[in-house]
Parts: sequence; C-alpha cells; structure tokens
Amino acid sequence: MNHRNYFDVEGDDRSALGAQVGRQRARVTERLRDVRHVVAIVSGKGGVGKSYVTVSLARAATTRGAAVGVLDADLQSPTVARLLGAAGPLRVADDAVHPASGADGVRVVSTDLLLDDGRPLAWRTTTGESHVWRGAAETGVLREFLGDVAWGTLDLLLVDMPPDAGRLADLATLVPGKLSAIAVTIPSDESARSVHRALSSAQDVGVPILGIVENMSGYSCGTCDTIGPLFTGNAGTRLAAAFDVPLLARIPFVARGANNAWVPTALVDAVAPRSDPRPSTDHRPAITE
Amino acid sequence: MKFLCIDCDTQMAFEDRQQPGDGTFAASFACPRCGRRVAMLANPMETQLVSTLGVEIGGRTLDEQPLEFTRKAVAGRDDAFAEDASPAATRAPRPVWSNDAEERLTRVPGFVRGMVKKIYSDYARDRSIAEITPAIMDRAREELGLEGM
Repeated sequence: MNHRNYFDVEGDDRSALGAQVGRQRARVTERLRDVRHVVAIVSGKGGVGKSYVTVSLARAATTRGAAVGVLDADLQSPTVARLLGAAGPLRVADDAVHPASGADGVRVVSTDLLLDDGRPLAWRTTTGESHVWRGAAETGVLREFLGDVAWGTLDLLLVDMPPDAGRLADLATLVPGKLSAIAVTIPSDESARSVHRALSSAQDVGVPILGIVENMSGYSCGTCDTIGPLFTGNAGTRLAAAFDVPLLARIPFVARGANNAWVPTALVDAVAPRSDPRPSTDHRPAITE
Repeated sequence: MKFLCIDCDTQMAFEDRQQPGDGTFAASFACPRCGRRVAMLANPMETQLVSTLGVEIGGRTLDEQPLEFTRKAVAGRDDAFAEDASPAATRAPRPVWSNDAEERLTRVPGFVRGMVKKIYSDYARDRSIAEITPAIMDRAREELGLEGM
C-alpha cells in the first residue's frame, strides 16, 4: 500500500510528544533559574555514607549564610529527610509543591516524605513487567522533583544520588550547564573501583567533578583527638590523582554519630565559597595524610 | 503521531480519548473529508509506557499539575500533600460538593485525591458552577480529558 508517511503529512501533530517532553525540560530550567549551583553527590556504590556527607555539607553551607536545598534522588532508599529532621505534608500552592524545611532551614524533597513508613517505592499500575518502564518512571519523579518544587532562590541544591551511576546521566540531561559532582568513597580498593566508574560516567556526560570525599577514613571514639585505622586503602588519594581533582576531605567514622558532624573547610569551600565569613564550624581534629 | 485516511489522503482529526480505568487507552480520530472514524486502542502495557513519560496522546488539555506524574504513578501515603486554596479560590466562591460527588471522590487514591479535587474545583469555579455533582465531574472529565479521575 502506498501512502504518505509522517513527514509527508504537513498537518499538526496534536500529540506532539516530543514537544511535551521539551516543555517538561523547560519547566525544570525555569524552576532552577534562581538556583546558582546544583551539585550531585555520587558514589557508584552503596554504604559509603553519601547521604551523611550530603546532609553534613548542606548544614555546613548554611552556616555560611547560603540558602541550601537537598533533593533526595535516592528514590528507593531515601534517607536525607529523616537525617535533616524534615517532615511532611508537603504544601501544594501556587502551581508548585513546596519543599519541607529541615535542620538549619535546609529545604528538602524526598520520597521519604511521600511513602508510608516501612513501605518501598511502589507504582500504581495495571500492568506487570515493571522492569520495562521503571527506569523512565523514576526519571519522571526526578524531573518533577526538580521542576515542580518551589525551590526558590538557592545558592546550592545538593542532589543525593542513588548508588547506581546511571542516574547522573538523567540529571545531566535535565540540568544542563549547571550541574557538577562530588564523589564519596571509603578508603577500600573495592570502593575505589566503583567510584572510579561513577566518575568516568560523570566525565562521559560532561559533568565537572569538584573533588573527592573519603568517608570513614579512620575511626574516632568521639572523646579524644586520636584517629585510629578502620579500612585499609587510600581510595580518596588515588581517585583524586586519577581524575586530577582535589581530595576535598577525609572524614573519620565517629562513634557518637552525626551530632559531631564535621565537614572540612575545603569541602564547604567547593560548594559554598566563604562570601560572608562566620566562625568556622571545624571542631574536629584534622586528619594527617 | 498522526493518523492518515489513506482513501482520502487526508490527515484525520483527533476527536476524543478515553481511559476507562482498566489500564487501556482509546483515542478516536475522524477524517474531515469522508467522515470515516477510527479508534486507536492501546493495551495496558502500551498505555503504561506512554503515561510513564508524563505525556498525553492527543496533547494536554489541562496545565500540568505540580508533581502530577509522581502523584498519579506512585503509591504514596494519603496525607503526603496539603493543598492550599488555589488562586481561583480567591476570585470565586468555593463550590459545594454533592454527597454523590464526594463519595465518588473517595474512590480516588488518597495520594492523588487532593490534586484531583483541586482540578474539579477549579473547573467549577472557572465556570461559576456552584455545586459539583457526578454529572459535572463527567463533564469536566470529558472537556479536560481527565482520564481515570
């Protein structure tokens, strides 16, 4: 059968799915217009303390007078809302969802605020085979967290990424030209290999890497200045050298937990330069190389 | 996506779409020249794939609501959102919901119910409708393309 095809027919495409997707992205761009920096906290593996670093960094940046938001892109295992003490419900007004307010005024959006306690992220669907569309659905939620949330004017929007490296490519597509990344690792060789892949992925999609954070870099009992060994390896130093980026911080595991949250000045400088100097928040012993 | 009436070599015009709630989707098109009508019938998987993109076949008839895709797609807690009065609420009286309409609204999952209620309320306010009834909801669904709401 001989007939004209799509481009031969000059009439409007009322569905214009491509244009609808374009408007979704434009909505993100418009919403983030007053956000100066978007920084993804990546690792490429779980269990390195990425969310802890994200939250500590967010709080440290606020002590410099920075307006800070945290988007929890770890949709399946959200933690930052709880770590920041943020609670719902999320207010819907003026064509936007307003972020919850966490510790030190950090603005937060997370699936943790949307899901029933103890329940996983689940999708309302009448069809199975969710492996086919789940990735696109998660990207849709990420897109709306960026574009439909009234972030307002922010100096810094931190994005706590899921362990897998692939989501960064989605974020880079949605936030072109404004996104950079900090990688979190633990000292071990295994972590170095995973984080290396994540950093390569960041390079592949053109996301500038601000530096490396080596977390759990030694052990502190929290009562004295001594830092004892915890993991073997020097992943932070190796990754910084491999990617020619600074090792921004080596943060020890602290037995008494996040109340002693401490973020080295170099790390805060990387995302929130000291324009309004306030007393340093550093109150923990520096780690010698 | 375009539909072509091959006999007339004319692009067919979008007429209507339906999403009856069983996961399927239907869109109808008509040839403006010969009047022939066709319906595109999508199975649940096809419908899911399109809706996952947050787009609508036939184009949007309603401005995108905040977190619309998330609220439609995620099985979330009933009290996750607190809806403020919309701007329209300040310029027109708040419509009353009939008992039947309220009952019908309770069938909407709680996670998305606030958004759906706001859409119907705005529809009523914009048209100076004092009471929202099931018939008004049906009309809004048809005019706004509120499939599955």
